[in-house]
Amino acid sequence: MSFSVMLGMLTEGFLVSLQIFFFTIAGAVPLGVVVALGRMSRVAPLRWIVRIYISIMRGTPLMLQMFAIYFAPYYLFGIQLTPDSKWQATIAAFIVNYAAYFAEIYRSGLQSIPHGQYEAAEVLGYSRGQTFCYIVLPQVVKRILPAMGNEIITLVKDTSLAFSIGVAEMFSTAKALVASQVSMVPFAIAAVFYWVFNFLVELVLAAAEKKLSYYHD
Amino acid sequence: MASTQSIMALSGARKAFGEHEVLRDVSLEVARGEVVAIIGPSGGGKSTLLRCATLLEKLDGGSLAFGDIIAARDEDGRAVYAAGDELKRARSRFGLVFQNYNLFPHRTVMQNIADAPVRVQKRPRAETEREARELIQKMGLVGCEDKVPCQLSGGQQQRVSIARALALHPDILFFDEPTSALDPELTAEVLRVIKTLAAERMTMVIVTHEMGFAREVADRVVFLDGGMIVEEGTAEQVIDHPCEERTRAFLSKIAE
Repeated sequence: MSFSVMLGMLTEGFLVSLQIFFFTIAGAVPLGVVVALGRMSRVAPLRWIVRIYISIMRGTPLMLQMFAIYFAPYYLFGIQLTPDSKWQATIAAFIVNYAAYFAEIYRSGLQSIPHGQYEAAEVLGYSRGQTFCYIVLPQVVKRILPAMGNEIITLVKDTSLAFSIGVAEMFSTAKALVASQVSMVPFAIAAVFYWVFNFLVELVLAAAEKKLSYYHD
Repeated sequence: MASTQSIMALSGARKAFGEHEVLRDVSLEVARGEVVAIIGPSGGGKSTLLRCATLLEKLDGGSLAFGDIIAARDEDGRAVYAAGDELKRARSRFGLVFQNYNLFPHRTVMQNIADAPVRVQKRPRAETEREARELIQKMGLVGCEDKVPCQLSGGQQQRVSIARALALHPDILFFDEPTSALDPELTAEVLRVIKTLAAERMTMVIVTHEMGFAREVADRVVFLDGGMIVEEGTAEQVIDHPCEERTRAFLSKIAE
């Protein structure tokens, strides 16, 4: 098999990896806000439920979570698994797992905003919604960017975990090629793909940080 | 005389944090155009008084009114607060200048000053920006419009926060030790601005450690200690010729 054929197959796999990545970002970034608000809720039972949720999501392997979500409908409700189930379970597991991590980052950002900011806003007459949107949120975004960058880069590499459940993303393709071609080259190409994409992610994050560097506090 | 119109009336104010009584039966009424300086040792209740008057802290007992707006009324010794809308109206009557400014760090000077009038009071942007420019000029901040707070000195930041409060046209302005975070040189420029406001008969309540300044601007000086008003009167009476032993002890201590 020629190099270019391998490259083509890996590229195809990488597009699947990218889908996992973007679906997870699109789902976990907003879901994390809901989880963070629950984690900081004044309602104690809700706060505890969310704490347990976060603890399980962070305390067990994402790979096991994928299996759990994949098999749960069958074992709990006897729902027949379809070929699409694997894909849906993968995306669902990635989203709920990453939402837990994002939520804790959001919480750290929210709690780092000085109380005086809220007091100044209150005295000036801003509503709670206005205070959050115009005063707190922009400052939180700046503060959490580095931590979010870490998680986002980890996510790019974590997409390879979908291999374990049989989703044909890039790592699965690379593994299959290594076996069939008796060559380590596919792994090397896969590594380059992950690294180049993460390099682009770093550039975007650096640009965002630079854009927000017009002030410090 | 029309000058006796009451702008703020605090009566029988009580406030405790746990077992610790911070305010015990404090009453303070401020008339339009009056400048009141509150002095006293730290822990005496000055900041709590200001925080209660600006609704950042709730009274346990007593009443609080801004003109015709009753923010809290006394019911059998308990302070009962008005509904949210009424408190919102009450908030529109006063401004507060914090010790550490509390400017919004991600916003320019112009945005810090002109945003609340637009978003909170729903006034047209063009009008509020024109007013903000006048305030910037008055505060000696021309050229700083598009700077963010971290690019300014402490004295400039405090003047921005005064402008931010004034932009909402408050009837009364509260200052919580406005110069405590500043070195002497920067203190002077902030005090100069407050003096200008006093000359324009802006109603103000100022918690301060600057006795010289209090003597110069205040129509009335209130000495607060142990959660009570120990003594009040003109600056000459309270600072220069105090009757009470506690006032004398405090003044001699800070004169050292």
